[in-house]
Amino acid sequence: MSTKRFAVLAVVLALLVAGVLSFYASSSPDGLQHVAETKRFAQTETGHHTANGPLAGYETTGVSSPHLSKGLAGVIGVGATGLLMGGLVLLLRRRGATSSTDVPEHEPH
Amino acid sequence: MHVPDGFLDAPTSIATAVVAAGGVAAALRGARRDLDDAVAPMAGLVAVFIFAGQMINFPVGAGTSGHLLGGALAAVLVGPWLATLSITVVLLVQAFLFADGGVTALGTNVLLMGIVGVWVGYGAFRLARWALPRRLSSVGIAAAVGAFVSVPVAAAAFTALFAVGGQAPIPVGSVLTAMVSVHVLIGIGEALITALVVGSVVAVRPDLVHGARPLLATQELEIREAART
Repeated sequence: MSTKRFAVLAVVLALLVAGVLSFYASSSPDGLQHVAETKRFAQTETGHHTANGPLAGYETTGVSSPHLSKGLAGVIGVGATGLLMGGLVLLLRRRGATSSTDVPEHEPH
Repeated sequence: MHVPDGFLDAPTSIATAVVAAGGVAAALRGARRDLDDAVAPMAGLVAVFIFAGQMINFPVGAGTSGHLLGGALAAVLVGPWLATLSITVVLLVQAFLFADGGVTALGTNVLLMGIVGVWVGYGAFRLARWALPRRLSSVGIAAAVGAFVSVPVAAAAFTALFAVGGQAPIPVGSVLTAMVSVHVLIGIGEALITALVVGSVVAVRPDLVHGARPLLATQELEIREAART
């Protein structure tokens, strides 16, 4: 399998998992949340700084269908993660290539 | 496992942020050496896949769920340095875009999942790979061992932080027992997903799997020996 084909397949799979399968995930509290509730320290949680964001809680504001709301949030998350990690990789590779001389590519004015 | 704001006090959160920043800085240096033409696209794919995988909460026992942490998975696929960076990117996206995991707890979460989860998972993977037969099929099994071990250890690490800076006076022993017992179950799910993903990639493109490369070199030697006789 070529690297390109492998990459396309992996991205499609990630989009399916985040965009479709995620709707069917368990909505029970996760391990830490469950322990926090049974051991009674869940109440120490304070409000989240980005709780009013348009995608908070993996729900897209303004999309009424619960399937679409979560699926869209998942797809946007996949895109954002890919862009951020891709950008970081590009940056590291560029700096890696010039690090032998440690001369910045663009001198500030 | 995403720690929200408020569970840990400010000094503990600041301390974990400092340690996490140090770990990420080391990972930025280490990753630069690992990033060749084959690894670069894999790093992006791993981050994307872990984000997607973490959306899938699977049930463990009554009224509880767990999801992939991905530390061992990422470390086996792209090496521990890029694994730390991938998981940090996922945690950043989750905290800022989806309000999943506290913003003040970001350092704590990077430390628990991106550093403890990655390095414990990778260490256990290396041990298991060394103990298992030198075959490509051992890579997925060793990855599962790493994944299984990494989750309760990360849960125990959270409990240690809770003992130092928890905001509620609860006996640490009872929190530790509860955290580890739930996360052993989650670790089984983590091991299954990790084995499935690593096994699939090893089956189609073993050269893209960081943790399979030492075995690929020896496999070539074996083929030559067989051809001679």
